[in-house]
Amino acid sequence: MAEAQIKPLTMNFGPQHPAAHGVLRLVLEMDGEVIERADPHIGLLHRGTEKLIEHKTYLQALPYFDRLDYVSPMNQEHAFALAVEKLMQIDVPRRAQFIRVMYCEIGRILNHLLNLTTFAIDVGAMTPLLWGFEEREELMGFYERASGARLHAAYFRPGGVHQDLPEGLTDDILNWVERFPSFIDDMETLLTDNRIFKQRTVDIGVVTLDEALDLGFSGPCIRASGLPWDLRKTQPYDVYEEMDFDIPTGKTGDCYARYLVRIEEMRQSLRIIRQAIENMPAGPVLAEDHKVTPPRRDEMKTSMEALIHHFKLYTEGFHVPAGETYTAVEAPKGEFGVYIVSDGTNKPYRCKIRAPGFAFMSSMDQLSRGHMLADSVAILGSLDVVFGEIDR
Amino acid sequence: MMSKSSTDVALAKRNEALENLQLQVESILAGRALSARVFRGELAFTVAVEDIPGILLKLRDESGGSFSQLSELTAVDYPSRPKRFELVYQLLSVRLNQRLRLLAPIADGEIAPSVSHIFSSAIWSEREIWDMFGIFFSGHGDLRRLLTDYGFEGHPLRKDFPLTGTVETRYDDSEKRVVYEPVSLTQEFRDFDFMSPWEGMQTAMRQDDPVAGPGKAEGEE
Repeated sequence: MAEAQIKPLTMNFGPQHPAAHGVLRLVLEMDGEVIERADPHIGLLHRGTEKLIEHKTYLQALPYFDRLDYVSPMNQEHAFALAVEKLMQIDVPRRAQFIRVMYCEIGRILNHLLNLTTFAIDVGAMTPLLWGFEEREELMGFYERASGARLHAAYFRPGGVHQDLPEGLTDDILNWVERFPSFIDDMETLLTDNRIFKQRTVDIGVVTLDEALDLGFSGPCIRASGLPWDLRKTQPYDVYEEMDFDIPTGKTGDCYARYLVRIEEMRQSLRIIRQAIENMPAGPVLAEDHKVTPPRRDEMKTSMEALIHHFKLYTEGFHVPAGETYTAVEAPKGEFGVYIVSDGTNKPYRCKIRAPGFAFMSSMDQLSRGHMLADSVAILGSLDVVFGEIDR
Repeated sequence: MMSKSSTDVALAKRNEALENLQLQVESILAGRALSARVFRGELAFTVAVEDIPGILLKLRDESGGSFSQLSELTAVDYPSRPKRFELVYQLLSVRLNQRLRLLAPIADGEIAPSVSHIFSSAIWSEREIWDMFGIFFSGHGDLRRLLTDYGFEGHPLRKDFPLTGTVETRYDDSEKRVVYEPVSLTQEFRDFDFMSPWEGMQTAMRQDDPVAGPGKAEGEE
């Protein structure tokens, strides 16, 4: 019998696929049910954010950061605000720093809730999604009460935050913090010891520590591989230095470890939120330098200078001294960095966004090789990718 | 609230660590650094682009710092410079808890050596740079476009690429498919120059001014 040459089957996963977490076209070369090569085609959500930022003033550039990883908007504004503050050497009032830390941790829970529950639905568990999104709704309510927007907040500004918190908000957040651990417990009863969930995730998509470093991993994904690396601890910004929390690490570096790390991170975030609220001092929430931050509304009614400052700030913007900085924060997904090159004008000369998900997505080929088709979905879910930040 | 002195101590400590790092990296670079710069507590070296793979290998494997992660690789376009682009390598040492930036100027059309065999994270970064800036990397193996559309022309992050792009798409009902057409703007694209004439145009104005003459600052006479 003549030897038959079998061509590997090429399969198209996406661009519209419920488990693709956005718009991803994954071209898979299959040998039967086993993946031989995975070639992600990204860029379907490319909006040219970096190019647009080059044509906007620093203040106008900030809202673009909400639209990168749209499940944890404020964490990314934080990176940009910190970078601009570093270039301009602005001191941020302490109250603003506490507010920022609080909202960053709310953002972290917001992100992990989305990731863990959609990850669960990818591997077959439906209930966590329905429960988790109810909690997310509450958190987005907290976003809205401070900034007026559930998602695209534009709340963190260079020099602080845009507005002070409304009355009673911190009490409601504290109440929620009190209540939320029982939700995590409930969710864990559905997943952590679930036989099906473990069969789908244990020993799937294993990343060793060396591989993780080589691939540019950060955040929960590198911690799941055993490295206690968290920028909130190692290179603290704002008031993270004063917060008492632990960094969970995994041992195996598989999908299940990444899940466990995120679960524990939510509990640690609750600790930080509680500390941030309890230690939050009174005072201004925005730096008083009115070349950078807008003057108060009531001042503008009486002071000509304040009016001029307001007009100049919202038309011309502020000029940032020439120089460059790479400033990174621990976003929920990992190291979110902003590389700004300033030429001394009111617009960034270059603004490169380092998205954690970009590195995760690029590792897709290495991680899914040799796994079954259904495992690629589990791997993708456990890496926590959002295409807003990958495609930029 | 943290006292002023304790933040000063922390700052002094950081500066000392940074100086140590600079000495350490300088010894590794062994004279290959064209210039070094510390700005806002960040250390950056300018090196020649052909030295990059060797330097990265050394920094990763044999240095006291062991910069084990290339957290970011990008480029910046400076059309006015003789070497138009600048590649930016952002390294992270997990052990030292330090970051290091390497800058490598490169001319338009010059080919950069790929570092994708040293750091896997560079594979996609280099594809992105090729896509966005048109800088070619030798020895990459899979240098396809990454973010732009299939069949895209041009390199969007070059400064001479228009913000609005060159083509737009729409669904053509008669052809029953999406068609590409040159961009047509109903209103001319406006890019405001916000440099204040009192601050920004000084030199140009003085050159036209027969009294003050070029280059003389106010009140110098």
